[in-house]
Amino acid sequence: MKTSKKTIENEARRDFLKQSSVLSALVLSPEKAIKDPNWDEKIAAPFEKVPLKLEINGVKHTLNVEPRTTLLDLLREQLHLTGTKKGCDYGQCGACTVHSDGQRINSCLTLAVTEEGKKITTIEGLAKGDTLHPMQEAFVKHDGFQCGYCTPGQIMSAVACIREGHANSEDEIREYMSGNICRCGAYPNIVDAIMDVKKGGQTV
Amino acid sequence: MKAFQYVRANTAKSALEALAKDPSAQFIAGGTNLVDLMKRGVTAPDKLIDISRLPLNKIEKVANGVRIGAMSLNSQVADDKLILEKWPLLAQALNAGASAQLRNKATVGGNMLQRTRCGYFYDTEMPCNKRQPGTGCGAKEGYNRMHAIFGTSEHCIAVHPSDMCVALVALDAAVVVQGPKGERTIPFTEFHRLPGDRPEKDNTLGKDELIVAVTLPDSPYTQHAHYLKVRDRASYAFALVSVAAALELEGKTIKSARLAMGGVAHKPWRLQEVEKALVGKTVSEATFQQAAQQAMAGARAFEYNAFKLKLAPNTIVEALKMAAGLTA
Ligand SMILES: Cc1cc2nc3c(=O)[nH]c(=O)nc-3n(C[C@H](O)[C@H](O)[C@H](O)COP(=O)(O)OP(=O)(O)OC[C@H]3O[C@@H](n4cnc5c(N)ncnc54)[C@H](O)[C@@H]3O)c2cc1C
Ligand code: SF4
Ligand code: FES
Ligand code: FES
Repeated sequence: MKTSKKTIENEARRDFLKQSSVLSALVLSPEKAIKDPNWDEKIAAPFEKVPLKLEINGVKHTLNVEPRTTLLDLLREQLHLTGTKKGCDYGQCGACTVHSDGQRINSCLTLAVTEEGKKITTIEGLAKGDTLHPMQEAFVKHDGFQCGYCTPGQIMSAVACIREGHANSEDEIREYMSGNICRCGAYPNIVDAIMDVKKGGQTV
Repeated sequence: MKAFQYVRANTAKSALEALAKDPSAQFIAGGTNLVDLMKRGVTAPDKLIDISRLPLNKIEKVANGVRIGAMSLNSQVADDKLILEKWPLLAQALNAGASAQLRNKATVGGNMLQRTRCGYFYDTEMPCNKRQPGTGCGAKEGYNRMHAIFGTSEHCIAVHPSDMCVALVALDAAVVVQGPKGERTIPFTEFHRLPGDRPEKDNTLGKDELIVAVTLPDSPYTQHAHYLKVRDRASYAFALVSVAAALELEGKTIKSARLAMGGVAHKPWRLQEVEKALVGKTVSEATFQQAAQQAMAGARAFEYNAFKLKLAPNTIVEALKMAAGLTA
């Protein structure tokens, strides 16, 4: 069956990503954190969770989070919405872009608690059932990706870019999409996709 | 990230009270700088006081100017009709900073208080007098390509990374702050400070104070204003050098000028002497070359940032030309 094969492929891919992120976590985990004399205490301290109400992709959630949990980690680790990607974790790449009350933000630099009561939309919330969002379709049509890692962030950002009224020319799109880095360099096709949706005049 | 307590304030008064109770607490507004620094262990507050919901996000026309609430978002200010019409230099500078996503979170107050991007400040393994007073300055003899050429001290040679602040200092802004003793107003030129022997102190805000607003006086710089930012890539990078240039013209004669630089000092670098010298002159490449030369008096470079001694005057000339409408 076609769908099940896809699922398996997806899972294999996720395992691979998991492994590779563990590897990079090992490589990147700063030695200083391990050497830090306060480190044990930090791990041992009782972490009080605070209640948090959020609407995510139209579903209301009542959650408990540690204040230090970022919106990105909440989405990925607690809610298993892994469409939103962690690229840099420091606001430098845009892979983690989501909408908060309709505005695009970097979820990696956002503490989840500060979003209390807000409506969050992630890439999983863009399609209507089996119908792709026009921006998703345009990315497929224009080959707006290679590896696809930056794509959820690009698409969320692109939708916001049009809604904000900052997609009136290729130059303007390039400037207002500069917060989304693509290591594969799919930029020309991404700009084409956004121009196409903008010209098509659909509501995004 | 170290665990911390979290409280949300709904009024400026309750935010200040929470701070008074726990002086080691820190305010969090957009969090785009603070969360970054906390993740890296550069700062580790025990308590955060969330001020992002304070009702201080209005951009209001007031007598002789505008009052911008400290919680106004960078994107909100950059897209504001009144700002675009009357203070376009500010909108340009804001749009030159960070990314659309970051500007949707970053607040005016937070932007002013963002810390330096000096790599040694960020790396907790390295000496840095700003992060840990008395440990020395890693940058002075180190990789100092991004660093200052004006107003440095033997203790710190970092730059203030904000774009917005360069426009604000040029436009004669003032900062309204609230503390336990009430409200006071600080001229923008005196808000940020030079490092001297206290590089850990970026500005003159009291530890017990909250920024509530920034005010701008009415300005004649609506037509001839340009913010020019030079960086390592076309967008989404900090300035190597930036220039805010604004001219009030009568025909080809300069009636008044405003000029400030970013990426060159520990504070947004206003050039009042150069502004005065421009008054009465005719707009021309030669006039602007002279201004640029005057602006560079006293500049001093370090091993890797000597290129700024050329880049800065060139950027001044280009920015003034663009402000004046003299295209190359
Ligand atoms: C990848 C990246 C690129 C960037 N590029 C640029 C750039 O090119 N140009 C540029 O100018 N900036 C740039 N920035 C920085 C960005 O502009 C700042 O992070 C932002 O303006 C900080 O605002 P905030 O509201 O998020 O502050 P926060 O992170 O919430 O706070 C910063 C500091 O200010 C204090 N604070 C905040 N508000 C108040 C207040 N009202 N009163 C008293 N204290 C307060 C906080 O306690 C904290 O210490 C970049 C940031 C990132 C992550
Ligand atoms: S320049 Fe300033 S911030 Fe950078 S290492 Fe030296 S003291 Fe620290
Ligand atoms: S993961 Fe958030 S910007 Fe890179
Ligand atoms: S498609 Fe690979 S990073 Fe953009």
